[in-house]
Amino acid sequence: MTSLFQASDITKRYGAVTVLDGVSFDVKAGEIHALIGANGAGKSTLCKIIAGLVDASRGSMTLGGKEYRPFNKQTAEKSGVEIVQQELSLISTLSVAENIFLNRMPHFAGVVHKRVMATKARQALARFGLKDIATDTPVGKLGVGRQQMVEIAAALDRQCRILILDEPTAALSGSEADRLFENLRSLRDQGIGIIYISHRLSEVALLSDRVTVLCDGKHVCTSATATVSTGQMIELMSGNSASSHLAFTSHARDQVALQVSGISAGVVQDVSFAIKKGERLGITGLVGSGRTELLRLVFGADRAERGSIQLNDQVLTLFKHPNEAVAAGLAMVNEDRKQSGLLLSQSIRVNTSLSSLGQRLSSWGVIQKNRERIVSEEMVERLETKCIGIDQRVETLSGGNQQKVAISKWLVKDANVFLFDEPTRGIDVSARRRIYRLFESLAEAGKSLVIVSSDLDELMENCDRIGVMSAGRWVTEFDRQSWTVDRIMQASFSGYVDRESVA
Amino acid sequence: MLLIGFFSATTDSFFQVSTAKLIANQIPELTLLAIGMTLVLVIGQIDLSVGSVMAFCGAVLGVLMAKYEWPLGPAVLVVLLVGACCGWITGAISVCLRIPSFIVSLGMLEIARGATRRLLDSNTLTIGSEVAVVSEPIAGVGLSPAFLIAMLAVVVTQFLLTSTVFGRYCVAIGTNTEAVRMSGIRTEPYSIIVFVMSGSLCGLACLAPTSLMEAADPGAGIGIELSAIAACVIGGTSLMGGRGNAISTFLGVLIIAVLQTGLSRMSVEDANKQIVTGAVIIVAVLIDTLRRRWKKAEL
Repeated sequence: MTSLFQASDITKRYGAVTVLDGVSFDVKAGEIHALIGANGAGKSTLCKIIAGLVDASRGSMTLGGKEYRPFNKQTAEKSGVEIVQQELSLISTLSVAENIFLNRMPHFAGVVHKRVMATKARQALARFGLKDIATDTPVGKLGVGRQQMVEIAAALDRQCRILILDEPTAALSGSEADRLFENLRSLRDQGIGIIYISHRLSEVALLSDRVTVLCDGKHVCTSATATVSTGQMIELMSGNSASSHLAFTSHARDQVALQVSGISAGVVQDVSFAIKKGERLGITGLVGSGRTELLRLVFGADRAERGSIQLNDQVLTLFKHPNEAVAAGLAMVNEDRKQSGLLLSQSIRVNTSLSSLGQRLSSWGVIQKNRERIVSEEMVERLETKCIGIDQRVETLSGGNQQKVAISKWLVKDANVFLFDEPTRGIDVSARRRIYRLFESLAEAGKSLVIVSSDLDELMENCDRIGVMSAGRWVTEFDRQSWTVDRIMQASFSGYVDRESVA
Repeated sequence: MLLIGFFSATTDSFFQVSTAKLIANQIPELTLLAIGMTLVLVIGQIDLSVGSVMAFCGAVLGVLMAKYEWPLGPAVLVVLLVGACCGWITGAISVCLRIPSFIVSLGMLEIARGATRRLLDSNTLTIGSEVAVVSEPIAGVGLSPAFLIAMLAVVVTQFLLTSTVFGRYCVAIGTNTEAVRMSGIRTEPYSIIVFVMSGSLCGLACLAPTSLMEAADPGAGIGIELSAIAACVIGGTSLMGGRGNAISTFLGVLIIAVLQTGLSRMSVEDANKQIVTGAVIIVAVLIDTLRRRWKKAEL
């Protein structure tokens, strides 16, 4: 069978960072081709290039034997390439039907044919087993899982030759996922080529015909799914990173740096934990278990209803504004660095100095520009931030380098307790390694680190202790001797056992 | 420069001292307001009330000097305070209660205009020659105090924006308020101070028209907030916040003033003058935007 779609030697660079390095990839008509790899391996980027959302730096693609060069999503769709992305791209204020037919509403002289549209939308949804969704409901009122289903239904309804699904089951329940798989199989039997990205290897094994493994932006292998076990897949995905793990040395000292007692607000219920100087404490739990909320409460970004915080044996307090937390020596690196961590349109220099401007880098309210430059350059050098210079705007940096800038703000400030929320989400492997080394050196210098992460490997590699949150409560904590992936996972689910659904 | 050249070439009477004087007289009022507006725009807010706050300040000045026979100095101090209060009210309400400043300052626009008319009984109040000194050229210097004050305001504001912690915070707040908050900085006081500064600058600005007319005019500065915004935007200030420059704003003021004077020298009708001014604003912003995009693509 010849290939329906072929990509050769695809390379994508962002500044100095190579996200995809000479990847070749093909999809046959009537096959489900799974694309797997660790976070940051380049799966999503490859798919975005195929769907016309991102331009490749190098390489060529063919579709049905003809050269294929999409300029944007529209030209890709015209050629018959559809993508359902990880992030929902529906318009929440429009109705279900309007979203499904967004760029092809049935109309007469510009006036939308509502009845025709509703009927067609119902058909599209029914094909997908979604008979109970009213087509005139605003999408924003549906749950995330439902929204994802609508989005997939909309994509399936458009005539396409190649369908790309990026983590489609992330927000779906088991029965919804089964329904999706059924549909995908029937599409495959109609001769459509499907590219399927998922972290869930059991799905990949169950569903796909072939599987391609990416690692650090490179193509590792492509083989028939039946010939590889899930164990082998994991091995292939992790590449050589397993061998480059640092040997762990604890730097924890016998002095409590931060004691949080009985803090509550919103989902977070009565959480207490302590961290010593030089200690690295990991916090994990399922999405929605209250990890981010906990950090925000400790940092004073949100108001706590109850509880107290004690620093260095000082008096009990609760921070009412990040301002007070920072003054007390706390620092927080946010999960969504673009929303609340960085000034994207400003330079590296402005971002690096922001927290320390008022105290260390000015006199009588006037900025000492020389010192500011020196400090920023030091930080760029120390964290190996890849940039043209300290006056480069942060929005033009890659994710990993943006994160380094977000962290450098607090290194300049010289905080004592660092709160990291998903510090390596969406950043490349080399930047991640650099951040891990930074964790080590901060701990060595006696700083305390609280690291929230969904990536268990990351926590097990870097932390002295791991606390587990479940349904807003601090369920348990493990030290290096007592933790195993199984025990941590069990603890993560423990708060949800009596409930019907896991958020 | 291009504009000055153009008008000199097309009208024989343009390149003259009298023209320069006319422009110099026009400039202080708009410059002071536009400078305040630049600061407000930099933090990502807007202040639509500047025209009527200026008129209100002028009214207070008139009443103090004409009815109570205060000397100029103390009266100016009171007026600055009045302007600052107006700015503080707008700023505090919109920043602390998180109501868009567009709405709050629109309300302040009406309130200040109404208060002006109440105070003046809707009539022009003649103050007398004591106030005229502000707009008369100082002997030997050739420039009026009002012009010098406006220049000083430009220089000081430029310094504030580029070299001080306060200015950096303003730019940061306009770029991403939440990120500034999460960096451990209280943003509210800075935002409110900016509104207070804009209000005080209205107080200063009212000296220019009152001294030219030697009277307080209840209709002073109607619609001038839009010219102030236009001057900022021509100067490259972003309406979304996070980018602004006092000197560029001053150039924007110059462009508008030269255009106005030049067109009237060419004896263009008022209606056509408006059309041309509007077109120039759009073209100026277009050039600026394209240049920025081009620079961005280069990176």
